[in-house]
Amino acid sequence: MTTIAPPQARMHQDHSPLTGFLDVLRSEFLKLRSVRSTFWTLTVAVVSNVGLGSLTAAVLAGRLSASEKATADGVRLALAGIHLSQIAFGVLGVLVITSEYGTGMIRATLSAVPQRGTVLTAKAIVFTATALIVGTASSFGAYLAFQAALPAGDSLKSSLGDPGVLRAVFGGGLYLAMLGLLGLGLGAVIRVSAGAIATLFGLLFVPPILLAMLPHSWQTTVGPYVPMQAGEQVYVAVSHESSALAPWTGFGVFTLYAAVTLALGLLLINRRDA
Amino acid sequence: MIEAIGLSKRYGDTMAVDDLSFTVPPGQVTGFLGPNGAGKSTTMRLILGLDAPTSGTVTVNGKPYTSLRRPLFEVGALLEARAMHGGRSAFNHLMALALSNGIPRARVGKVLDQVGLRSVARKRSGGFSLGMGQRLGIAAALLGDPPVLMLDEPVNGLDPEGVLWIRTLLKALAAEGRTVFLSSHLMSEMALTADRLIVVGRGKLIAQTTIEDFLAGGDGSFVQARSPEAETLALVLRARGVTVVRQGPDLLRITGVDAGMVGEIARTEGLALLELSTRQATLEQRYMELTGDLVDYRTAEDADVPAPNRN
Repeated sequence: MTTIAPPQARMHQDHSPLTGFLDVLRSEFLKLRSVRSTFWTLTVAVVSNVGLGSLTAAVLAGRLSASEKATADGVRLALAGIHLSQIAFGVLGVLVITSEYGTGMIRATLSAVPQRGTVLTAKAIVFTATALIVGTASSFGAYLAFQAALPAGDSLKSSLGDPGVLRAVFGGGLYLAMLGLLGLGLGAVIRVSAGAIATLFGLLFVPPILLAMLPHSWQTTVGPYVPMQAGEQVYVAVSHESSALAPWTGFGVFTLYAAVTLALGLLLINRRDA
Repeated sequence: MIEAIGLSKRYGDTMAVDDLSFTVPPGQVTGFLGPNGAGKSTTMRLILGLDAPTSGTVTVNGKPYTSLRRPLFEVGALLEARAMHGGRSAFNHLMALALSNGIPRARVGKVLDQVGLRSVARKRSGGFSLGMGQRLGIAAALLGDPPVLMLDEPVNGLDPEGVLWIRTLLKALAAEGRTVFLSSHLMSEMALTADRLIVVGRGKLIAQTTIEDFLAGGDGSFVQARSPEAETLALVLRARGVTVVRQGPDLLRITGVDAGMVGEIARTEGLALLELSTRQATLEQRYMELTGDLVDYRTAEDADVPAPNRN
């Protein structure tokens, strides 16, 4: 019988904190793409962006009067699908973290990487990169489909070289990615899928409804700063609303919402029992 | 080596783990034994840094778990509750964990072979049976080929084949010199695998010892004698200062003298013996003795002395 030497904990001194972080990124990227929900939510998002973009063009071009067209923003109309696809991006952002708590996977994850802040940061980076690529691609797809579906010579037509258009089309992807990141932050704070999704959409859709019931002065002072109104300015080429925030100011405010929830999520993930 | 010092965890009003100090020495199978709700799982969560202790410390190889980089190379853990996303395939589940610790892809194939899940590696783990899920959990624990393995109730809910598989695997792993820390609420399971025992009840340490010392610490061995004249035999023995307990109309439990002496006395007194034997208190009896009044939940029936093989 041969004697077997007891296994020793191998020392891995050859890796720096950076390679350690890159390993966690790779792990999180595999997790994101190895569940079906990622594929389906992103597919739904792309289809709704591009599909509604061309549908809007086909339906609206003949119905809007010339004066209506003059005050409408062509890019915003092209990106009408965002109203739907934002739900998919938001849900995906939430699920990136809550599905781990829901299934118990979080225990395996944190046993493999006890540095919880690293895990959450890696999740945020991997999700943002994916959402940004898919969001931007579908935003361009929607814009181009909208242009293609408009009759020749329609006044809603624009080109990417027109003022604000390129920024707004990129803005569609930025908005979707940031909204998903807000979802991820809420997911880290709330940890339960249903609760986090409800909170996210409450935060997006309820303030506009409440504001509509308040005096006009509220609508012009507070209104521009509520999450969705602030965020969507970045995908409007030329705004015709006087009270609206400037595109980057609005997006900055939107980013702040996401940053605050993520920071709270980071704080709590280190304090709470998993 | 796992070392806990004054480890406590409070959930609301309940002390799940109460001032627990123990050491799991390297290269042995240490059984972590206690009734359901004794705090075994909580202790394991504290070891892995999943829960933070209310007070006290616990270290793995001298370091707190949360300070470990690439911990899968040092400790492999199987927790009682399933810790996997059912929508992910077995291979991807293991690969994601492997990537996070810089473990090469080839190793994933190896552990899949080791636990016999190669053929279903591409299937979603949500469709796995309890036994397959347990195998996948063990594969994850083995990923980093760690010198320390920690398993929470690994045979719970498994069919006999699965139980046998885990038992054989654990013995093989221990034979390789690994530290194995294994929890169970079943003494019988421990008797088969463990070298040492840490016994807990209601979060408190009851005993920390080797299997042999654990047995010796109780009533230990006794002599069982069956005689048609049991009453007379008992009187004679008691007269010589021997402790005798009547266990039936013709059955005596004798402690303080060996079987030879009992036989000698019976012969000189002219008493017939139908049976004379030395008995060892079983681990099960000793365990019930220690934890009997520490079981949190039990039925009225359970309160009776357990009758083994009551079929």
